[in-house]
Amino acid sequence: MSDRVYVATRKGLFTVDRTPSKWTISRATFVGDNVTLMMHDPRNGNLFAALNHGHFGIKVHRSTDHGETWQEIAAPQYPPMPEGYVPKPIPFFNKTLDWALKLIWGFAPGGADQPGLIWAGTMPGGLFKSENNGDSWELNRPLWDHPRREEWGPNGAEWPGIHSICVDPRDSRHVNVGVSTGGVWITHDAGESWNLGGKGMRAEYAPEEHQFDPIGQDVHCLVQCAANPEVLWVQHHNGMFRSTDGAASWTEIKDVKPSVFGFPVAVHPKDPETAWFVPAFKDEKRCPLDGRVVVNRTRDGGKTFETLRRGLPQEHAYDLVYRHGLDIDETGDRLAFGSTTGSLWITEDGGDSWQSISSNLPPIYAVRFARS
Amino acid sequence: MATIRFTRNIQRHVECPTREFPGTTLRAVLDAYFRENEKARGYVLDEQGRIRPHMVVFIDGELNDDRERLTDPVKPDSVIDVIQALSGGKV
Repeated sequence: MSDRVYVATRKGLFTVDRTPSKWTISRATFVGDNVTLMMHDPRNGNLFAALNHGHFGIKVHRSTDHGETWQEIAAPQYPPMPEGYVPKPIPFFNKTLDWALKLIWGFAPGGADQPGLIWAGTMPGGLFKSENNGDSWELNRPLWDHPRREEWGPNGAEWPGIHSICVDPRDSRHVNVGVSTGGVWITHDAGESWNLGGKGMRAEYAPEEHQFDPIGQDVHCLVQCAANPEVLWVQHHNGMFRSTDGAASWTEIKDVKPSVFGFPVAVHPKDPETAWFVPAFKDEKRCPLDGRVVVNRTRDGGKTFETLRRGLPQEHAYDLVYRHGLDIDETGDRLAFGSTTGSLWITEDGGDSWQSISSNLPPIYAVRFARS
Repeated sequence: MATIRFTRNIQRHVECPTREFPGTTLRAVLDAYFRENEKARGYVLDEQGRIRPHMVVFIDGELNDDRERLTDPVKPDSVIDVIQALSGGKV
């Protein structure tokens, strides 16, 4: 059971600890700086924070002492474009892709058998690997050079990007990544070759003849059940999907109230049938329906959902939860989520009831439990 | 020797003291500076060697022209100011 949550926000990184009586903010780091993502590596305890300094670019900091001190380390860097190479225009967008780091959008530790290996997903679409705990990074060329990579489209931001990286706990050479917009990509050889998964996903926003094209799918968040890695869940731009065959094919979950739109999803680490979503009023409004913050939970693989609201604001609440703004601990009992309006909630009973930890934090980009 | 000065705002991330370096182009002078302060390079230039989108460089009070190749001429007594643009500072 995790007693610590890290909260990455527009104005700093906050550590939230479970004391005997309550959850409390115990430390503020990088105050004033834009911390867009963080990761706790359970293999060695290292912490990683991605900062976007705006003027000065994207930086990565690492702590090896549980957040007491931090050091700037290397950031992923795109290689020079080959001589004479002219990138294609980004689909649906009057712009060519720029080979320069725009955002670190996903972090994942490698497998238990890969000490020091870390994956980083980025905008404008590069997947990077470090084999030395972030001291240096290398662009995964097989995915970057895949002939269909240039079909990846933009999202709410201007660039395509990789935000979700799921390393199979049974076989760390098997990795699934979620791309917005570009579907789900699968490697079984540690990134030497990639295949496009995602059969069955539907892009409501695309012309009819392209709606089931796997590469046109705007995956908002992809998660994998640790105990049954064949089961993965996706919150998608226009729906919710579930795979029971390792991301190869997907079933759409329809007619979920109040909405099938949202950004994050969490799956129970031991029960592949149980997952949580944070719904929002779709797409063009992106706030809770009727000003009520709720969490949707299924315990039967998406056949039915309970709408959980105890402890959550039920009037005039306009909190949006980003894709990394929801996390679950290793027991599956504790979840935490944070919103664009700086609210943070934690449950210790699988979502039946929620505690408000703060409603005054900066806009929250990512919430991550410390893992053992 | 051209003089290079950096915005105060960069100093809390990476120390960038005012220094003098030889060179006849902006690229040559900045490269000479960053060879001795490699960490600062990524705060001013992106990985393709271009001036970052929200950074600006003045040479003797004139806005730098070639943001990609940095071919702007530099005189021996030039003063180069590296500052952040007003853009890019999202709240």
